[in-house]
Amino acid sequence: MTVPKHVQQLDRVVIRFAGDSGDGMQLTGDRFTSETAQLGNDISTLPNFPAEIRAPAGTLPGVSSFQVAFADYDILTPGDTPNVLVAMNPAALKANLPELRKGATIIVNTDEFTKRNLQKVGYPGNPLEDDSLAGYDVHPVGLTSMTLRALEDHPISKKDAERAKNMFALGLLSWLYSRPYESTMTFLERKFAARPELVAANKAAFSAGWSFGETTEGFAVRYEVKPAQMKPGHYRNITGNTALALGLVAAGVRSKLPVFLGAYPITPASDILHELSKHKKLGVTTMQAEDEIAAIGAAVGAAYGGALGVTTTSGPGVALKGETISLAVALELPLVIVDVQRAGPSTGMPTKTEQADLNMALFGRHGEAPVAVIAPQSPADCFYAAIEASRIALTYRTPVILLSDGYIANGSEPWLLPEVSELPDLQVSFADGPNGEDGKFYPYLRDPQTLARPWAPPGLAGLEHRIGGLEKADKTGDISYDPANHDFMVRTRAARIEAIDVPDIEVDDPSESANVLVLGWGSTYGPIGAACRALRQRGLNIAQAHVRHLSPLPANLGDVLRSYDKVVLPEMNLGQLAHVLRARYLIDVVSYNQVRGMPFTSAQLESMLEEVIKNA
Amino acid sequence: MPSAPLQLSAKDFKSDQEVRWCPGCGDYAILAAMQGFLPELGVPRERIVFVSGIGCSSRFPYYLNTYGMHSIHGRAPAIATGLSVSRPDLQVWVVTGDGDALSIGGNHLIHALRRNVNLKILLFNNKIYGLTKGQYSPTSEVGKITKSTPAGSADYPFNPISLALGAEASFVARTIDSDRKHLTSILRAAAQHQGSAFVEIYQNCNIFNDNAFEVLKDAETRDDYLIRLEHGQPLTFGKEGQFAVTHPAGSFGLTVQNTSEVDGSELLVHDAHRDDPAYAFALSRLAGPDLRHTPVGVFRSVQRTSYDELVRGQVSKAKEKSSGDPEQDLTALLNSGDTWTIL
Ligand SMILES: Cc1ncc(C[n+]2csc(CCOP(=O)(O)OP(=O)(O)O)c2C)c(N)n1
Ligand code: SF4
Ligand SMILES: [Mg+2]
Repeated sequence: MTVPKHVQQLDRVVIRFAGDSGDGMQLTGDRFTSETAQLGNDISTLPNFPAEIRAPAGTLPGVSSFQVAFADYDILTPGDTPNVLVAMNPAALKANLPELRKGATIIVNTDEFTKRNLQKVGYPGNPLEDDSLAGYDVHPVGLTSMTLRALEDHPISKKDAERAKNMFALGLLSWLYSRPYESTMTFLERKFAARPELVAANKAAFSAGWSFGETTEGFAVRYEVKPAQMKPGHYRNITGNTALALGLVAAGVRSKLPVFLGAYPITPASDILHELSKHKKLGVTTMQAEDEIAAIGAAVGAAYGGALGVTTTSGPGVALKGETISLAVALELPLVIVDVQRAGPSTGMPTKTEQADLNMALFGRHGEAPVAVIAPQSPADCFYAAIEASRIALTYRTPVILLSDGYIANGSEPWLLPEVSELPDLQVSFADGPNGEDGKFYPYLRDPQTLARPWAPPGLAGLEHRIGGLEKADKTGDISYDPANHDFMVRTRAARIEAIDVPDIEVDDPSESANVLVLGWGSTYGPIGAACRALRQRGLNIAQAHVRHLSPLPANLGDVLRSYDKVVLPEMNLGQLAHVLRARYLIDVVSYNQVRGMPFTSAQLESMLEEVIKNA
Repeated sequence: MPSAPLQLSAKDFKSDQEVRWCPGCGDYAILAAMQGFLPELGVPRERIVFVSGIGCSSRFPYYLNTYGMHSIHGRAPAIATGLSVSRPDLQVWVVTGDGDALSIGGNHLIHALRRNVNLKILLFNNKIYGLTKGQYSPTSEVGKITKSTPAGSADYPFNPISLALGAEASFVARTIDSDRKHLTSILRAAAQHQGSAFVEIYQNCNIFNDNAFEVLKDAETRDDYLIRLEHGQPLTFGKEGQFAVTHPAGSFGLTVQNTSEVDGSELLVHDAHRDDPAYAFALSRLAGPDLRHTPVGVFRSVQRTSYDELVRGQVSKAKEKSSGDPEQDLTALLNSGDTWTIL
């Protein structure tokens, strides 16, 4: 029997699915996101999972969660605190409760609240039975038992039936927020194509969850979030890693060059290797090398041979690649190095985010070895950043380091799909004959504008030449130990990076009268932007600017910084960009830092910025 | 390969760079042999690339008028792999030293060999670090007294041939800098091999490890010390063929006996194409620390599809499904998965 329900309109909801690593929370979150995208809401997601594949079941370290925010307006972050927590076990409840505000909805799987499980996480009693959840809107649901009952007649094992409890939860949440479920049905058909009995069981579990919502009196209200006002066009939801991989494919297509990726698996960058290995049809070759040094070595070899050479890794891998990046600086070959940053030092917290590899990207090599550095600001922006990194590498024949991070790599947002023909044209020309007035070929004779040397892959008769890591004489490229030549070459390599054509930085200040500028780079764009919005809604003035090109910096950056009373720079490190800006522009940038492995919350930035504005 | 035979001479392969090895260094002989051999290869200069690491030996590419890259210490096999896989039209040679290939670059060497990348890898083994002025290397004998080991080195050396075989190499050979004819024949065999060809070249460093291979060169000793491997020929050696390599019953390895004491049916015939690498491995263990019973020639040469071919094969197979218009295929790729439209 269906209980008549009241439908309430909301403008924004943040849901966190949390459970054991084995409970399928990432998948559940992913499906809910996809259903939500179909509806036309704006979305932002934040997966959060342990480094261990299966930490001991039911423990706090084993908790895996997926947060999704969706709204009827454009949003910048996955939200600071969830309005709804789905807790599949006591550990999930305990780990996430501190982040909930009073009044938040909690849906708990009561079946897992056994004495043993409660003890495992140190609950003295059952929080569902005492008043520790007072003030929250708690919905105790026997997710496991109800799933088992719904699947009684299905010819599957008890274990498989139990596993389907995440689909029961998804069904319930989909009903509660009026999500369309067709895409989940097709997804299940695809996922379990080889085992039709599991397709049927998971669909049944989903429907049981949905009907439970409809019939139970526990949920009296159903919610709706209207589609957001988004630019017309074709969309898909995309994570940063997928966007980055597709950007590299696009760079290959738009440069008409084969893409060669050398990579060694490392969290959180491996998904780029996985994704690119699927796109051989578009001329992408991937090689899983024996280590990070071999990975970049192979990419340099491929670049020497005329391919778009790419290597993808995380911080520990970049450390290993340092010597080869220096070689590429000396060889002056195009090369894209992707660093999906994670919390360090050493193995640190591999699945958690950080921005602490900036120093290494800018300075982490022997000798004067400048490279270009660029950072995307959101998941979808990784696509364009990959294209821009490739453009710089190909045009200026230089290594380019692209600094993504775990937050945007795994997070997702809707992406307005571009027209391929409108993407930048990256075509380059190889050396096609002698370039000297005397009819000889000079491998280090530069283009006067870009200071790039000719790209002359093996294969063309008459251009045979040798390159290497020893200092080269200007123009000829012959080995040279001449002091004046070395001085000249060092300065020229630096000038070549400074010569890179980088757009001016733009300031967003609707009031046009802000005294305080908040600056950011990389993945902090979302939380900073959301904080600025909140401040402006409260009548405070603040200007925001975001640095995309970290080397070279935009030409107008110094002037922009100087035109504000105060410049604040939040970073997920101990002030690495702030340090650079102070040294370079002699401006006392206010550095605001956090290294907790998690992105800033917008609320935290809002109150920090409010303080600065008041004291400015 | 060009259709018309190329008319190139050794001179065409000399670059305009001044050669900077010490006078008397074995590297000169190897360079001369290479420049003498390359014309017969029939591959135009622009399709040949030499990639090297760091060391005296790794200066080699500068002196050849082909394409070349002098890279960084130990990494040449990795760099050459990327080049070879993406450019099947090139013939790629790697030149490396015992320190370069077996110390800092050991990992890349074994992985290039197991993958069977289409590279011709020449390891100039002088059993010493030449360029850094004479420290012991991973092929130096135990107890080697050098600047860094005044009391003698304490580490046991690699046997490069055994190592290459253990790394699943499909072609493994050894030769000596001073024997131009033999060296050339091995370069030829290596060049013809599809996949990784690993060649150890005993090379004299007359400054820091002079005469390390003298017993293999001296007319007095060499015939009794060297075992010249020739496919299909009996494994006998010595001035008068007085020694024979045999496989004693009940033993795993090979040994050397006086030919006169060996029954004709027990005489072994060299078979470089044996699938089981145990035979080539046993050959590689014959020589003692005094270099007595050192086999030279091709230990092993078997056919195995190269990494390059497998990788390129996957790419071309995938490309069969392409529309022929990459922009169209990219548009389809971007629009794949769950998409939605906002009007
Ligand atoms: C990363 C790095 N470490 C150390 C060196 C110093 N180095 C240069 S060559 C060499 C050893 C060379 O020995 P080998 O490979 O046997 O070559 P040879 O000079 O004997 O031909 C060393 C240690 C270097 N160039 N780079
Ligand atoms: S040091 Fe030895 S190996 Fe190096 S060039 Fe001199 S003789 Fe040759
Ligand atoms: Mg050496």
